[in-house]
Amino acid sequence: MPAIKSLEELKRVREEALAKKNMKAAPGQIQVIVAMGTCGIAAGARDTMKSILNFIETENLSGVTVTQTGCMGLCEQEPIVQVVVGDTAKVTYGKVNAEVAGQIMKQHIQHGTPLKDHVLPL
Amino acid sequence: MREIALHLMDIAENSVAADSRNIRMDVLEDLQADSLKVSVTDDGRGMDGETAKRVLDPFYTTRTTRKVGLGIPLLKLAAEQSGGDLRLETETGKGTHIEASFRHSHIDRMPLGDVSTTFLTLLISYPHIHWVFKYRMTEKDGSTKSFELDDEEIKSALGDIPMTEPDVLKILRGTIEEGIEALAPQFEY
Repeated sequence: MPAIKSLEELKRVREEALAKKNMKAAPGQIQVIVAMGTCGIAAGARDTMKSILNFIETENLSGVTVTQTGCMGLCEQEPIVQVVVGDTAKVTYGKVNAEVAGQIMKQHIQHGTPLKDHVLPL
Repeated sequence: MREIALHLMDIAENSVAADSRNIRMDVLEDLQADSLKVSVTDDGRGMDGETAKRVLDPFYTTRTTRKVGLGIPLLKLAAEQSGGDLRLETETGKGTHIEASFRHSHIDRMPLGDVSTTFLTLLISYPHIHWVFKYRMTEKDGSTKSFELDDEEIKSALGDIPMTEPDVLKILRGTIEEGIEALAPQFEY
């Protein structure tokens, strides 16, 4: 059972956010998409995803949407992660293990510099 | 794939792709009956009889990007290798129910793996889907404990605050992880 405690905590987070008005849903601002087809999952995409979520939590990073997509037809490059920041073009990364995911979050999302070594030329 | 929890995630992706609005995931561990059952139930578009037969074939896929499907046959193989089986019930326009059963103590049974991460990542990645996750543990003496998370209350408490906000993420992860950890049997068997 989701403890009532959690629900109350969530309501509190929401009230605080509304009071500060800094956590308004801003879809599309920063989007991180993890490919989770059978190939992606088998290649470790869930660990990649977990690393991204951990980063958001530990760095207290607001305004990032994390979603999943299916197989992109580049199974040999899995796990694949795509990053869209504001209006800039989508950047696709290949072979993103948990460690690389952390680097992408730090360099690309936090500092605005794509991680060239892992970008797939599409 | 090395974990049943990863298979569950993979099967759930099929449900998402089938335009489901409600997806339910059950993990039923029964040490008394020596069984482990996992299932995914959706209200997506379902399959006709012919397709339902063909999804069990590793070389069938609806995708156009490559020629093998693999998801369901891999789970079927994992179940059969440990004295269990895979059942598929589906109806066009109604939805699909996939259940894999394993003999819990079988030496070839794949480990269940990280169920909390599977639950958490699905919940967060597909906010438009109504998720129900359940994990039930029956110990050798027949006592039963369970963890169930229906995301409806969570979403109404949150309103328009995304689940990927760090404070929210922390609460969700904590709730799921603690809920599942509390189910661990008191004695190792």
